[in-house]
Amino acid sequence: MLGRKLARHGLGIIATALLGGFLAATMVRLAPGFNTDEAQLDPRLNSASVQALKQARADQNNIFRFYVHAMSRAWRGDLGVSLSLGQPASDLLRQRVPLTLRLVGMGLLLSWSAVMAFALSAARLRISVYDGLATVLSGTLLCVPAAVLALLSVLWNVPGALAIGLIVFPRDYRYTRNLLAKAYSLPHVLAARAKGLGEVRILFWHVLPLAAPQILAVAGVSVSLALGAAIPVEALCGLAGVGQLAWQAALSRDLPLLVNITILVTLVTLLANSGADLVGSMWRGQS
Amino acid sequence: MRTWRTLACIVLVLVVGVSLAANWLTPAGYAKQYREAVAAPPSHQHWLGTDDIGRDRFARLLYGTRISLLLAPAAALLSTLMAALIGGLAGYLGGIWSRAAMAVTDLFLSLPWLFLLITMRALMPLNVAPLVSVLVTFLLLGLLGWSSAARVLCSSATTLRNSDFVRQAKASGIQGSRLFWIHVLPNLKPVLHAQFWISIPVFILSEANLGILGLGVAEPLPSWGSLLKELEGMVSVGDEPWKFVPLILLIIVVTSFQLALSNPDEVAA
Repeated sequence: MLGRKLARHGLGIIATALLGGFLAATMVRLAPGFNTDEAQLDPRLNSASVQALKQARADQNNIFRFYVHAMSRAWRGDLGVSLSLGQPASDLLRQRVPLTLRLVGMGLLLSWSAVMAFALSAARLRISVYDGLATVLSGTLLCVPAAVLALLSVLWNVPGALAIGLIVFPRDYRYTRNLLAKAYSLPHVLAARAKGLGEVRILFWHVLPLAAPQILAVAGVSVSLALGAAIPVEALCGLAGVGQLAWQAALSRDLPLLVNITILVTLVTLLANSGADLVGSMWRGQS
Repeated sequence: MRTWRTLACIVLVLVVGVSLAANWLTPAGYAKQYREAVAAPPSHQHWLGTDDIGRDRFARLLYGTRISLLLAPAAALLSTLMAALIGGLAGYLGGIWSRAAMAVTDLFLSLPWLFLLITMRALMPLNVAPLVSVLVTFLLLGLLGWSSAARVLCSSATTLRNSDFVRQAKASGIQGSRLFWIHVLPNLKPVLHAQFWISIPVFILSEANLGILGLGVAEPLPSWGSLLKELEGMVSVGDEPWKFVPLILLIIVVTSFQLALSNPDEVAA
């Protein structure tokens, strides 16, 4: 049962990543200026060389051939060469992935610590002033562009991970608070409290088991949010991660590099969502 | 809550009204340079001072607000229409159409929104005329922002397809596009309405993010994104606090949108 579920998730992830790669390659192929190659303007080249360059470009005119060619190279570990940085894309990604993973991981840890602390106390205490303050804080953060939070983190010399945490926090807080508040208001929880059960026991035995699958789903989505937040944070804080690489690739229209980053980001996001989904369904099966 | 919603609506009307009156309030325009007052602090002539090349910040804020507040709804309209067509039709047709549309929707949803935006923006020429950059930016927001709404609309349209009145209409001989346009789509109006209004603040914030990252509206046209880009060069908050006015206005406008759209029942719960 679990094996079949895993296989279905795995196939879904591969299919979506391949579809994403195909769409990205199609967009790259159709992007204005794709057929232009500065090398053709080099006055030192003779007409035969220019013709050869044109022929090489013409081979990429067929989108399917272009995509299959790119995928077969990727299968062999060759992700192509970045047009703007002149380095193999695989090397660039290998160098930058660890920093982004660390940043996103720390950001998520900070964000979820704050989310759980605020949401649990707001749902448990039910003090309207406290709840109101937490809502105002998350609401205000929700109204500030992610890039501004990144700029402010530079201005106040705050670590980038904290900026990512602040960007992700309001999106997760609202859902988590509502889920926990709903679980706390269920009749069996009220009955347990009336019978004098301790708060810790109520939380771990009656509230969290109910809310956990949905909270896990929110946690899965927050990975995608944190990856998105990494772009302005890394770009504006000068952190050499994948987010900064994506931004640089976008500014210099380094389309081959962008295709690779798109596939990588799609895979990470899908894995996070599927992981959360699987753990959630296993939890449901146990309880 | 009703008071807050009314207040939010008043704020929005005021901001839109003042931004529309920019031509009368600042007749010199957003691009005029005051070379004798470069990077000047606030004064009677320039309420928010001037920027690094001597342009009046207040004029730029008014014109930038106008661009963001007029084009974000246009982009929201486009994305809502796309969501209605893709999600509505997928749900109505069902079967392979629904699965294919939802696969593409899932793909769009699996990519972080900002990443998707900068990738797609990079596919367009970056060195374009300011007016073209405005159109490209907001067109992109409209063309890419349909996915989450399409999912909701697909599910609503699927429910409608199996509803009694649609079955009855089918039994009466109404088929194909007529059934979709006359019976299904009008019943999706509440979802479309909600989607349209929810998209506006999202698109305003997205434009601001793109602008700060240098992929939004091009100079010399002002927008909230390009105005907030000025924060990049700041050394400390206390030096030039008036540079935060666009950010404060942005927060007020987005908060007002959220308050105006909030569901009183949900808040009470």
